Amino acid sequence: MNACQPWSVERARTIVADNRHLRGALLPILHALQEEFGYIDEQAIPLLAGELNLSRADVHGVVSFYHEFRREKPGRHVIKVCRAEACQAMGANALVDHIKAKLQVDFHGTTADGAFTLEQVFCLGNCALSPAVMVDEHLYGRVSPARFDAIAAETAHPTTRPAGQKERAQ
Amino acid sequence: MSGHLITVYVPRDAAALSLGADSVAAAIRAEAAKRELPLRIVRNGSRGMLWMEPLVEVETPDGRVAYGSVTADDVPSLFEAGFLSGGDHPLGQGLTEEIPYFKKQERLTFARCGVIDPLSVEDYRAHGGFRGLENALAMTQAEIVKTVTDSGLRGRGGAGFPTGIKWNTVMGAKADEKFVCCNADEGDSGTFADRMIIEGDPFCLIEGMTIAAIAVGATSGYVYMRSEYPHATETLRHAIKLAYDEGWLGDNIHGTSRTFHLDVRVGAGAYICGEETAMLESLEGKRGMVRAKPPLPALEGLFGKPTVVNNVLSLCSVPIILDKGGAYYRDFGVGRSRGTLPFQLAGNLKHGGIVEKAFGITLHELLYDFGGGTISGRPIRAVQVGGPLGAYLPPSQFDLPKDYEAFAAQEAMVGHGGIVVFDDTVDMAQQARFAMEFCVAESCGKCTPCRIGSTRGMETIDKIIAGKNVDANLTLLADLCEVMVDGSLCAMGGMTPYPVRSAVKHFPEDFRRTPAVRVTHIAAE
Repeated sequence: MNACQPWSVERARTIVADNRHLRGALLPILHALQEEFGYIDEQAIPLLAGELNLSRADVHGVVSFYHEFRREKPGRHVIKVCRAEACQAMGANALVDHIKAKLQVDFHGTTADGAFTLEQVFCLGNCALSPAVMVDEHLYGRVSPARFDAIAAETAHPTTRPAGQKERAQ
Repeated sequence: MSGHLITVYVPRDAAALSLGADSVAAAIRAEAAKRELPLRIVRNGSRGMLWMEPLVEVETPDGRVAYGSVTADDVPSLFEAGFLSGGDHPLGQGLTEEIPYFKKQERLTFARCGVIDPLSVEDYRAHGGFRGLENALAMTQAEIVKTVTDSGLRGRGGAGFPTGIKWNTVMGAKADEKFVCCNADEGDSGTFADRMIIEGDPFCLIEGMTIAAIAVGATSGYVYMRSEYPHATETLRHAIKLAYDEGWLGDNIHGTSRTFHLDVRVGAGAYICGEETAMLESLEGKRGMVRAKPPLPALEGLFGKPTVVNNVLSLCSVPIILDKGGAYYRDFGVGRSRGTLPFQLAGNLKHGGIVEKAFGITLHELLYDFGGGTISGRPIRAVQVGGPLGAYLPPSQFDLPKDYEAFAAQEAMVGHGGIVVFDDTVDMAQQARFAMEFCVAESCGKCTPCRIGSTRGMETIDKIIAGKNVDANLTLLADLCEVMVDGSLCAMGGMTPYPVRSAVKHFPEDFRRTPAVRVTHIAAE
């Protein structure tokens, strides 16, 4: 669950102050901002440029270079589905089609109810148990379309047991 | 049984968690409480037999007995079967270390992974940990570098550069500050050894980096982790804190005059940051743009200072080399590929996991003797070795011995030891297209052959798949691949053609199907 706080300039300044002593501080600060707010707000660009003595272009360049940094507020949960070769070998392409149809979104999109944002990734390091999906920071292996549906349902409406673990995955 | 504290191992490895290891641990704890049986649960790393995860082990007088793969629902029946004393159960696998997949391995780097509690310094020391560092603390810088050089260790990240020679350059460089950076940006599909060892034996990496720092005279270091690996990052951060607490990191390491400070930095989903100079740029807080070489990072690396950049597995091989000597390590392997490599069996394979073996083992042994063939039951048609920039090999090449030179001769690479298996439903034209698509997504954009070439390559393969001017477009694709190989700044653009060329070379029929036939072919399968 992404318990994201609404964007706040004051809070952002505090995060910058907490991290600015680090060498090469921009990436750690961007990670901290995204963890706090769920995304990198447009207002963060001039703020970081001023605080770190960089140009706005430098900051924008870094934010836009890395796939991980998001420019818009995500849904309550972020689903990352792996599209790399080991997952392809076990049906990731079909799984991607299923997920897109099920959630009615494309990559980088957020479902109408705000529950899920869908992202593609290339490798989650679970290549012996592919296809792999990560929901927030929970990793799942051997994700069939049916298992995905169970994981998504469980994530959106948790019962007592952790998602996707009710049945043997194979 | 009651009164005697039994130890049960339930892995905390991300792969085990991905199949429910946390709920298995919780179920065991709950069931034990209900039955008033005292037991201790250790959350170990993985033994690397990933198809059996979650693999639960019980300590018995005869050794550790394995059960897998266990779900929370199996737990009551395990207790009924007396698994706490190694009782028979349908999920029983016998003694863990007698399982052939495990027994046939030569575990040097992964010796402790899955065995110990990853976050116990005491457990680490009890299994030989920090002995290499203790030796290093009593040696001169040149002696440490010579030991690593003598071991024949080559970079495990992909390029295979001799580690000792790299260290020697950094040691000889004059500077007010030097760095040791660990490249843990394990972005290749089909590789997970870095993740596993960081989750299962993090002190091994800390020890290896500290030895490197002492050898070259560095006082600070960074581990560059992937954002896709939150579990490994958390484990490593915790382990670093413990190492500081116990005097293995920081100022005056264990009473000596040596100092080494270590920190973790997290990338942000850019594959190119696995390239060493792009990683350094990223560590400096910039876009992960590849630098032109020279200058070598060994002379002008992080913040312009002499820097050792090594892969996780290279650094994790160092403690045993300093513990047992260069000759011990060199005695494993063949030709100029010395020591062992943790191969990673992935994709459509029955028994996926880690197989650490000396160089020289063949693909055939890995795929069939260890891997057990495909999980789908269909024949293997292609394997991709060495990550997304590695060649696709057909079964006729499965007898190739795994060593750096033999593979390089085939435009394949040992790389980071990843092996991804595809059955006969794979469409190799689509795989070739994906190689280009991946390069489009992940190119840093600095050089033209990679940035533009990949896009044009994808378009050209699309035309071939659509059956348009196939011969002319295949010629164009071959030319384009040549330009990318010869003209790119780094391996991203320079090796993206390898999977493409190998697919065209070994599976030409997939590039010559008319669209109608292609659809029927796929539908039939």
